[in-house]
Amino acid sequence: MNTTWRVLLPILLALLAGAVVLIFLGKDPLAYYGYVMERGIFSWGGLQETITRMAPLLLIAAGLIVAFRAGVWNLGGDGQYLLAAVVTAALAPALVEVMPRALTLVICMVIAFVVAAIWSLLPAFLRARYGINEIVTSLMMSFLGISLANVLVKLFFWDPTTTVPQTRTLAIADRLPRIFGSNIHIGILLALVVIILVHLLMTRTAFGLKLQIVGASPKAARHAGLKVGALTVVTFALSAGLIGLAAAVEILGVWGNVRADWNPAYGMLVVPLVFLARLNGLAVIGFTFFFSSLMIGGESAARRIGVPQDFVLLLMGLVLAFLALVEYLDHRRRQRLGA
Amino acid sequence: MGHTDGPPQSVRPAGADSAPVLPSPVLSVRTLTKRFPGVVANDGISLDFHAGETHVLLGENGAGKSTLIGMLAGMLRPDAGEILVQGSPVRILTPRQSLDLGIGTVFQHMLLVPSLSVIENLMLGGPWWQRLARGAAYRRFAELSECLGISLDPDLPVGHLSLGQQQQVEILRALWRDTRVLILDEPTSMLTPQGVRDLSAVLCRLCSQGVAIVLVTHKLAEAYDLGDRVSVLRQGRLVGGIAADEHRGMTEAQMTDQVIAMMFDPAHAPMADERAILLGRGNVHAPSVRRGAAPCLEVRNISTMPRTAAHGLQGVSFDLRPGEVLGIAGVDGNGQKQLAEVIAGQRAPSSGTVLVGGKDVTQGDVAARRNAGIRYVTDDRLGEGTVGSLSVAINLLLKNVGAEPFWHRGIADWARIRQAARDDIQRHDIRTRSEQTLLAKLSGGNIQKVLLARELGKAEGDVKVIVFSKPTHGLDLHNAQLAHRRIRESAAAGRGIVLLSTDLDELLTLSDRIGVLFQGRLVGIVDNGPGAGAAIGRLMTGAVAA
Ligand SMILES: Nc1ncnc2c1ncn2[C@@H]1O[C@H](COP(=O)(O)OP(=O)(O)OP(=O)(O)O)[C@@H](O)[C@H]1O
Ligand SMILES: [Mg+2]
Repeated sequence: MNTTWRVLLPILLALLAGAVVLIFLGKDPLAYYGYVMERGIFSWGGLQETITRMAPLLLIAAGLIVAFRAGVWNLGGDGQYLLAAVVTAALAPALVEVMPRALTLVICMVIAFVVAAIWSLLPAFLRARYGINEIVTSLMMSFLGISLANVLVKLFFWDPTTTVPQTRTLAIADRLPRIFGSNIHIGILLALVVIILVHLLMTRTAFGLKLQIVGASPKAARHAGLKVGALTVVTFALSAGLIGLAAAVEILGVWGNVRADWNPAYGMLVVPLVFLARLNGLAVIGFTFFFSSLMIGGESAARRIGVPQDFVLLLMGLVLAFLALVEYLDHRRRQRLGA
Repeated sequence: MGHTDGPPQSVRPAGADSAPVLPSPVLSVRTLTKRFPGVVANDGISLDFHAGETHVLLGENGAGKSTLIGMLAGMLRPDAGEILVQGSPVRILTPRQSLDLGIGTVFQHMLLVPSLSVIENLMLGGPWWQRLARGAAYRRFAELSECLGISLDPDLPVGHLSLGQQQQVEILRALWRDTRVLILDEPTSMLTPQGVRDLSAVLCRLCSQGVAIVLVTHKLAEAYDLGDRVSVLRQGRLVGGIAADEHRGMTEAQMTDQVIAMMFDPAHAPMADERAILLGRGNVHAPSVRRGAAPCLEVRNISTMPRTAAHGLQGVSFDLRPGEVLGIAGVDGNGQKQLAEVIAGQRAPSSGTVLVGGKDVTQGDVAARRNAGIRYVTDDRLGEGTVGSLSVAINLLLKNVGAEPFWHRGIADWARIRQAARDDIQRHDIRTRSEQTLLAKLSGGNIQKVLLARELGKAEGDVKVIVFSKPTHGLDLHNAQLAHRRIRESAAAGRGIVLLSTDLDELLTLSDRIGVLFQGRLVGIVDNGPGAGAAIGRLMTGAVAA
């Protein structure tokens, strides 16, 4: 089976299984998928939304690819994302009053990167020093991060002029610039540049190769004299930092503020995407576009057709399950052939 | 062996001993063929394996021995040809089916789980839905151990056992079900002479009970001593063999000459005068030690914490001079690995110092030691020596990632990396389709060549000391000889060599002095020369140095 099929088959199977679920819900699958496509890709407004949504997803994908290639399972993305988002939302409206807009935007992104990176240090250190599995610790830190983000909004950054707990709002004029009069902000350009840089980092540089060696065999890495602990910490920080950058871009480009209890949970959504792309930075761009259009289309369809928005999540779960199944069958077949 | 001694054989038909015709084979292959991208690993091989006989498979590295075994063990599927068990064709699609047919296999690379106990490892083969029947397992263990003359503690974690003992567990596992054919892929390559003797005794016993044994080895003396019959593979083809009756009438020298002629491609055939060296006949040791020079490596009173699996080092001290080869003998698990790792910087000693060229490097990590001029060829070639999922080219530079001239300011120069790899591949005769092939696709011996090429190949930097741990493990005669020559050349170029090996002949061929590690202590260092072998043998059993 060639690579294209190994990737397309899980998606097709998931869409099929999704259709069955829709029939059980009493909805017409063709109408649903048609509407999702229409709204996500084939209408100018929808397409703009889709491309806008790609920006944070791509940056998160970049962060996950760096980590996963190095065998570091950073599953704490949601906590890192939310903390960075809250800090950005709190800072931006204040900073813009005392400094130029461009500088404000850049400083906010840098600080978001740093905040998220700091939030990854504990799991990174525990793994590097004591070999404690980072899946558990990064997930725990994620829950803590989400709670802390809410507490920050409610206790420290609550905008006194609002009734619901939320931060002050960055004025639309102060947000990330739009591209050529469209609604798409320049975050997508930043995300594309970052994902391509990450791809080059992993395939062309000594640093990327070292990460791959650590990821493939920590024992061989140690034998070869690589500083496995330090590389693990750097990888974790870079991964989390890129996820923090994703949050900054989304806040500075789209929302302008953070409400308490807001949690888009993008971190977990992107995990299947990077696996579909086999941790390839270029391939993930296509998958992100596909998934982004599904999200945008699904959000409209939820309002219009009454299929719950969570159906998109179900589809993603199905994609992941079928991906695993196809991989497993293919692996067995290859093993037989000894290829 | 097997045809003269032992109790009546259960598997052979009655009267087989007196009749000149052989009983029908228990296992045969007919025109078996297996292709991998770019190579025909097995090309129309037809062979018979008989009950109560040891059939030795010989062939250079990459000849296709492990591939043949993989197909019999259900790990690989043949592209063409058939496998017959007692005359009837079978299809072996999974390892389980192979076991069900009575074929037990000990693979080239160990497959045990170190953290599980001996008995748990043995029970792993059962279907997952079956309740683990410990009682029955212990009974089977006792029965098999007695039958084989093995004494092991079934509750000890496998990681705590010596390599020789782990080998015994592998054999028990292969025999766990009613096994009619036992296949062993290079079982002796990591064993001491005593370990080999123990293994031979076990094999003799099994043979006499009517088990058919298939044995892969690179040591011709073993083929002569243990084998009833020999087959030789070359580049995937069966190129010859020595039948059982022929084998019986031959001297070792006759057989060896015949086998070598069959084994090697004329283009790669060793020179006639190298043959003696190749066979370990005549000690050609030419010392290059520079006695007046300051030591290039000083190990002072090194101790390490004992590991559960092995003895810690206790106050080990020695000096190594430029051009000197210091052999270290001893049964595995007596501190060899710790010593190598302490020198290479992979393990911190609990006390003592290591000096390289007079400079204290005890605090330095692996990279610092490498900069100080230390190279280390590990004996754990798959576990830490290489990364199977990366290319041969990257594995050749695994310890130089980021270094000039292959990387400029951290950016890879792939053209140069690949060119360097192609040079190494040619120089060290590594059989691979290309430098971009994944390392895991290479044959065992060729992976070993990659390891050697990496530490010996590029003379970059100022190399002062090279530590070799079982350097020729898994190499065929020609390549082992090539490796020996390279080690000697390194010494002649003024490097100090520490050679850890379980192969006494290798130590006697290459070393100037030979030290013996016993229970973590360096119990003596013997000057190589007449009588050295016997002296080492005494020290290895724990006798105090004379
Ligand atoms: N999985 C694989 N994919 C591709 N090629 C393979 C694979 N396994 C083996 N080969 C190739 O098949 C050939 C035979 O390999 P095999 O492992 O059978 O050799 P061998 O006789 O056991 O050698 P050695 O003495 O080094 O163990 C080699 O050229 C090897 O590179
Ligand atoms: Mg082999």
